[in-house]
Amino acid sequence: MSAKTTNQKAWLLVAPVVVLVAFNAVIPLMTVVNYSVQETFGDNLFFFEGMKWFEEVLSSERFHDSLLRQLQFTFIILAIEVPLGVAIALAMPRRGFWASVCLVLMAMPLLIPWNVVGAMWNIFALPDIGLLGKTLNAMGFDYNFTRQPFSAWATLIAMDVWHWTSLVVLLSYAGLSSIPDAYYQAARIDGASAWAVFRYIQLPKLKHVLTIAVLLRFMDSFNIYTEPFVLTGGGPGNSTTLLSLDLVKIALGQFDLGPAAAMSLIYFLIILLFSWIFYTVMTRGEDR
Amino acid sequence: MAARGNSRFKWIVPFLYIVFLMLPIYWLLNMSFKTTNEILGTFSLVPQEFTLDNYRAIFTDPTWYSGYINSLIYVCINTVISVSVALPAAYAFSRYRFLGDKHLFFWLLTNRMAPAAVFALPFFQLYSALNLFDTHIAVALAHCLFNIPLAVWILEGFMSGVPKELDETAYIDGYPFWKFFGKIFLPTIAAGIGVAAFFCFMFSWVELLLAKTLTSVDAKPIAAVMTRTASSSGYELGLLAAAGTLTMIPGAIVIFFVRNYIAKGFALGRV
Amino acid sequence: MARIELRDLRHSYLAHPAGDADYALKKVDLVWEDGGAYALLGPSGCGKTTLLNIISGLLTPSEGSILFDDVEVTDKSPEQRQIAQVFQFPVVYDTMTVYDNLAFPLRNRGVPENDVDARVRAVADMTDLTAMLKQKAAGLTADGKQKISLGRGLVREDVNVIMFDEPLTVIDPHLKWKLRSKLKELHQRVKTTMIYVTHDQTEALTFADQVVVMHEGWVVQQGTPVELFERPRHTFVGHFIGSPGMNLMPCELADSVARVAGHAIAIEDAPKTPPHGDAALELGVRPEFVSFVDVDEGLPVDIVAVRDTGRNHIVETDFAGHRVRALVPEGMPVPEGRAAIRFDPAYTRVYADSWLFE
Repeated sequence: MSAKTTNQKAWLLVAPVVVLVAFNAVIPLMTVVNYSVQETFGDNLFFFEGMKWFEEVLSSERFHDSLLRQLQFTFIILAIEVPLGVAIALAMPRRGFWASVCLVLMAMPLLIPWNVVGAMWNIFALPDIGLLGKTLNAMGFDYNFTRQPFSAWATLIAMDVWHWTSLVVLLSYAGLSSIPDAYYQAARIDGASAWAVFRYIQLPKLKHVLTIAVLLRFMDSFNIYTEPFVLTGGGPGNSTTLLSLDLVKIALGQFDLGPAAAMSLIYFLIILLFSWIFYTVMTRGEDR
Repeated sequence: MAARGNSRFKWIVPFLYIVFLMLPIYWLLNMSFKTTNEILGTFSLVPQEFTLDNYRAIFTDPTWYSGYINSLIYVCINTVISVSVALPAAYAFSRYRFLGDKHLFFWLLTNRMAPAAVFALPFFQLYSALNLFDTHIAVALAHCLFNIPLAVWILEGFMSGVPKELDETAYIDGYPFWKFFGKIFLPTIAAGIGVAAFFCFMFSWVELLLAKTLTSVDAKPIAAVMTRTASSSGYELGLLAAAGTLTMIPGAIVIFFVRNYIAKGFALGRV
Repeated sequence: MARIELRDLRHSYLAHPAGDADYALKKVDLVWEDGGAYALLGPSGCGKTTLLNIISGLLTPSEGSILFDDVEVTDKSPEQRQIAQVFQFPVVYDTMTVYDNLAFPLRNRGVPENDVDARVRAVADMTDLTAMLKQKAAGLTADGKQKISLGRGLVREDVNVIMFDEPLTVIDPHLKWKLRSKLKELHQRVKTTMIYVTHDQTEALTFADQVVVMHEGWVVQQGTPVELFERPRHTFVGHFIGSPGMNLMPCELADSVARVAGHAIAIEDAPKTPPHGDAALELGVRPEFVSFVDVDEGLPVDIVAVRDTGRNHIVETDFAGHRVRALVPEGMPVPEGRAAIRFDPAYTRVYADSWLFE
């Protein structure tokens, strides 16, 4: 691509975006920052508390637990969804009628409202009336996601894989479609094995879309709230209480605005940090 | 391309995946045609006493129509706003270097990371203060938080794929900027606009937390109506299933219309 | 290296082709000798890429067979045929170095690393890539990448044929000439059969010993550049090759005399009578073989326009309502107004239904 020219007037083009996003991001963020350093006893009485909430949150076991659960969850779904999505995209028909059929069917879960996803999986997995729950129990597995933490975890992960793997498939499919036929023909002529075709032709072309896929899935998995809320409500116990769930419990359930706000900020910074690391590592060496 | 040795069985992978995707949807559909008694009493793969009562209950309740319309209104407003402000910004990012461009781009992306749960309460306060609470525009604006950065990101990718020479030729031919942008540049990246609009629609349609927080009656989204229906009428799974099924329809329609964009459009971006 | 024979090839992209129009390739019978340099020339859509893909094995023809050194290879895959191909757009393995790119076809075939190294270095030397061996292939310019593609073909010693599919499309004009000479030089060194597909007559005529001209799925002529020029077998060849192309005008034929609008035109070894009554007859003569003569000695014409190309003048004339171009070398007088022309009888042809009639 030809080099970009320096032009400060470009700010004019960016201005509407900056205004709209800043309105939605900066003002609420300031509110959160404001809460995070104050104590409230209702009646709009606020007292400055400094770093107290931050210290409290950072040293609380509850926060450590939900952060750990969150990291486990994110790591597991990334480890499943990315390779699975790539494998499915590789095996899909490249073009024609069946490719369209695959794409349309696979995109379905992406367009279902998130609480419906949770409700659907709830109905699907219920041990007494759900297809999945009933089948698993009939096969001799002791499965009950409302009672056993392990079942709850497995269901939560299955739901996320069901919900989001298609995003990885669609992006990978797009990456693969951008490879001209000549590359495959050249590889055949050069006598390349299927593995060599993947390693030297397909994977390099997938690098960029996989960066997008990993980043999106990473960020969104940290933000996941509605689906687990509807499916398990964080239970049994606190076994599936991911960060967002915990946050809302504290903020709205107990109305502890100070700690909730402090936790939000810490949590936001964590996502920011990880995303920045991912972004830098995965785009390193890219000539942009 | 002629078939390779293993390609005859390749279809099994996507096939199994699609079966996996369809199972919960099938179960939801199955449930939506059953009576409450049947759901709780027997376990059957197809409805024994096929009934449309659940759907009838929904369609006779006027809050349902408005739920649908409310959702569609704010989703469409959001898609239009997001794409139209993202277009010039994406152009700026793809063509020019300017003070703070890299930081600005990353800052925009960080807003996609902002957990909606964190913002729910401040959003409520902000939009209440502006007297916008329970309006479509409030939800549409709030969803801009995560849709604009995404639209900018996608469109920037598509625009970077268009050679700069196109712009230069147009200027040499004497096109003013806006005329070039509207008449030549936009049609060139039509597929990218389609993809960006698809994603904006999708994320606005499926988001519930903010939409629910910012509305009470007049702009209440369909998905929230559904939660209410389900909870206010006790544990009526059949009704819940029917409601869930209905919320999938707009998504399915959108997918059907953009299916060629999904197939071709994605590949035109910077992939 | 191999002698390539194509027997009764026909190909259609449709499952059930009905008539001739459904065939992208309408019957090709050709023999290409071992070690020759051939060009497949024709406009886009003439079937040349289809033919190329059939030879390389990426397509299986609907009918007919392909033989390499008298061995049938019709159903063999590209890797079994031992061919190499350079594509229109450079195909290199971006993540590998130039060295690894060149070594790739050998390593895939399990050649010992010592031999690989020797071959890669030899080929890099031939293609002027030695200085870049350690660089990533992605960083090279288009002509460098095309050299890598070519090098991947040359590196294997058992290659039957190297095929070029419009390889200079994305090369800068000033480098085209260099790369073309390089190809010619390499052909003389390695003596592998080479097939060069192009729509550019200059590329075809300078590269190949034998040029195959294709038109609407037919092979209309195979011959040396001189044959194509002096004795086009089809009006398409006359019109497509040469600049400007052959002059064509409807004519009549009786008793070995051709007449255009009543004017008798002398032709050496002219056929006696038309092949059949309703054949569409045309007289063809290249502008190079049209000369001006004294007004009362030749065919009367009106000069319409004169264009100076630097080396000669293209004089456009009107001959009894037909446009006839003549080439007048620089320095020769160019007439104005009314003039007379003469067609060289040795190079004037009669075409019946577009095919050379003799």
